Amino acid sequence: MSAKRLALAAALCAATMFTAVSAEARTLRWARSGDALTLDPHAQNEGPTHTLNHHIYEPLVMRDRKGALVPALATSWKILDNDKSVWEFKLREGIKFHNGNPFNADDAVFSLQRAMAPSSDMKGLLTSVESVTKVNDTTIHVKTKGPNPLLVNNLTNTFIMDKEWAEANNATKPQDFKNKEENFAVRNANGTGAFVLVSREPDVRTVLKRNDNYWGKGSEVPLEISELIYTPIKSDATRVAALLSGEVDFVQDVPVQDIERLKGTQNLHVTAGPENRTIFFGMDVGSKDLKTDNVEGKNPFADKRVRQAMNMAINRAAIQRVVMRGQSVPTGVIMPPFVNGWTPELDKAPTPDVNRAKAMLAEAGYPQGFQITLNCPNDRYINDEGICQAVVGMLGQIGIKTNLVSQSKTLHFPLVQKNPPETEFFLIGWGVPTFDSEYIFSFLYHTRDAKFGSWNALRLSDTELDKKIESLSSETDAAKRNGMIAEIWKKLQDETYYLPIHHQQLAYAMKANLDVPVDPENQPKLKYVSFKGM
Amino acid sequence: MSAFILRRALQALAVLFAVGLISFAMFRFAGDPVNQMVGAETSPAERLEIRRSLGLDDPMAVQFARYLAGAARFDFGISYQFRQPVAQLLKERMPATLELALVATILALVFGILMGVYSALRRDSALAKLFQAISLIGVSLPTFLIGILLIYLFSVILGWLPSFGRGDTARLGWWTTGLLTVSGLKALIMPSVTLGLFQMTLIMRLVRAEMLEVLRTDYIKFARARGLRTRAIHFGHALKNTLVPVITIAGLQLGSVIAFAIITETVFQWPGMGLLFVQAVQNVDIPIMAAYLMLVGLIFVTINLAVDILYTIVDPRLRSSIHQPA
Repeated sequence: MSAKRLALAAALCAATMFTAVSAEARTLRWARSGDALTLDPHAQNEGPTHTLNHHIYEPLVMRDRKGALVPALATSWKILDNDKSVWEFKLREGIKFHNGNPFNADDAVFSLQRAMAPSSDMKGLLTSVESVTKVNDTTIHVKTKGPNPLLVNNLTNTFIMDKEWAEANNATKPQDFKNKEENFAVRNANGTGAFVLVSREPDVRTVLKRNDNYWGKGSEVPLEISELIYTPIKSDATRVAALLSGEVDFVQDVPVQDIERLKGTQNLHVTAGPENRTIFFGMDVGSKDLKTDNVEGKNPFADKRVRQAMNMAINRAAIQRVVMRGQSVPTGVIMPPFVNGWTPELDKAPTPDVNRAKAMLAEAGYPQGFQITLNCPNDRYINDEGICQAVVGMLGQIGIKTNLVSQSKTLHFPLVQKNPPETEFFLIGWGVPTFDSEYIFSFLYHTRDAKFGSWNALRLSDTELDKKIESLSSETDAAKRNGMIAEIWKKLQDETYYLPIHHQQLAYAMKANLDVPVDPENQPKLKYVSFKGM
Repeated sequence: MSAFILRRALQALAVLFAVGLISFAMFRFAGDPVNQMVGAETSPAERLEIRRSLGLDDPMAVQFARYLAGAARFDFGISYQFRQPVAQLLKERMPATLELALVATILALVFGILMGVYSALRRDSALAKLFQAISLIGVSLPTFLIGILLIYLFSVILGWLPSFGRGDTARLGWWTTGLLTVSGLKALIMPSVTLGLFQMTLIMRLVRAEMLEVLRTDYIKFARARGLRTRAIHFGHALKNTLVPVITIAGLQLGSVIAFAIITETVFQWPGMGLLFVQAVQNVDIPIMAAYLMLVGLIFVTINLAVDILYTIVDPRLRSSIHQPA
């Protein structure tokens, strides 16, 4: 055989192999900045960990790509008519775990109890639960301490494990810090999800293969990916380079400065959308006198007119354009758009007006402005330090001279959380995992006590407001409850306790034949992905 | 000799104790680990409880003593972030770092010495000038920039080498190696060049300077006068006498190559201990930070000891001084 014919034969052979391969096996290589910390579904309440686990495990109820609640391992759920403190879940039948064990009520009860164990990081979402009981093989009851209309919203990241598997492998509780042995569930997994774990090397790669028996496969869930290779790439430049060089197909954390360049690259495609996270400033409105200001004997932030003047001095469009390179959605409320209670009117950002802001400040008794210290994180949110620097300049225009202290998240957040807080003016961001306003009210506005207000660093204490917030948690009539939420927001917006800046925006970059829309919780679920033009 | 090693081992323990003490004194300024461990919903009471259960409220001396007691039994605690035993995490990542550091050092030594000798012998040739130019780049450009430039050229534009990771690895007991697979070797090229470039230029400049010095000495002139072959003069006499400072530098640099692999590992997503350490610092994962710092201290101390022993092999004059008690 001549060399030419040999080459031709080889080429033909390769071509047939290639077509066979592309029809059958479709690998998607997925990169993001950090790895999941563990595969144990209850050991960490953390974004990247949940995102990976969503492909292997499933909760009872999950959120689809638009953020709506949809059935997963539970087919329906309701509050019992005769006892408002009991939620009834009907479980999906005929489901098998990856190891072949059937899924039933015992597994659901076991998993919820495991998630409530002292060493579980998910227990914070389940504090309202009193007991979980099996009614029959396909029904469970979750009894809460008093009615809790939002319980189901708290279950979307609480994954269901196989009781027999956990017992056989001595993994009935998440890892605690006393135990010297590594928990089996950290590196091994047995779920009901659309993908099965093949191998995992932490910080290197995790390989999953399609679960061909997946119950949800259908028009909504094409499940075209046969193999999923997940690789964390920490360095921004390397992650983008890996996409450009074709070594990965889908990149989740795209640095803001690279978005335009990737959009302009042939064969690549960028999707963008708002994240469930709002960035805002808070200030001490409750103290008699501030420590870091130059005003003697009174607290300028206690005056509503000062807060409103500051709100008016901030040019959100400029921050969006210059600091965020267009990748943010300016807002007038500290609530992401997916949340129950959000309206376009609340979201409308105030128009910047320096002259009116100055006049209001003068009216409040500070014609010359005042001095204050601003605390800012520099490694937590997108361009967080840049936002603070911009706001320092904008407040300077109305005479408020700001001394900026920006530091790592590990030093910044304790200032906000300490009791009493050790900051008088600060930036934080807030996401709403329950997708309901009550979550914002009870953490950020309610008076700080053992149960509420752990992120209320405003020193705000308004007993009338507290009562309204508390009454939300037991109101099971949706329409009435929504009315109460709207009423609370109306009052809070007028008081301007926080200065909202924007909703953070996410961008995903991928090969042109893929389409992965941005997930509101930044938890893309790749079972929905279909390949275009093949 | 054994008395010498014993004495050095005791010194090593003292150094490690000091490293641990300083690390623990600094951890208090690294921030609050609990905030990085729990979800936003966690109540202040629960946070306090976690702090208490981890012993973070105890005085620094107590925390340090507890740590030493554990470390003496090879128990380095459970990572706050990963909730896995730290010893296990480090053991898994150690082969990647050591392999990278070793390959980088070998590259640096081989090419550094060759280029140094060449540019000392043929001072005015074009190639020697090129070597000098390369060494200037190696000394002045920061590691992460070199890494990114290499990735851009060889991965994005040319598509020859992988931009991240370690490729496929083979398993030899608990050790994983990328030296036995094609993709593993390809993946090693750019990180080891990036990591070794500074050392290579350092060694090259050192060899060149020392060699020029030695070539001017009387014994080289006498050797020439005796009619010895040029090759024997250059490599048998001149090069051997330049090696003492080269060994010192290369030895000390091997320690810093391992320690500074942090940056190279981050740029290339090299799954070694450095990458683990960077994440640990960002999340105030004290058990990992402490173990890593102690380990790096141990590596430095061991290498220094090895270098001291190597001296005696290369330079016979030093042998007698070691045998004498201090």
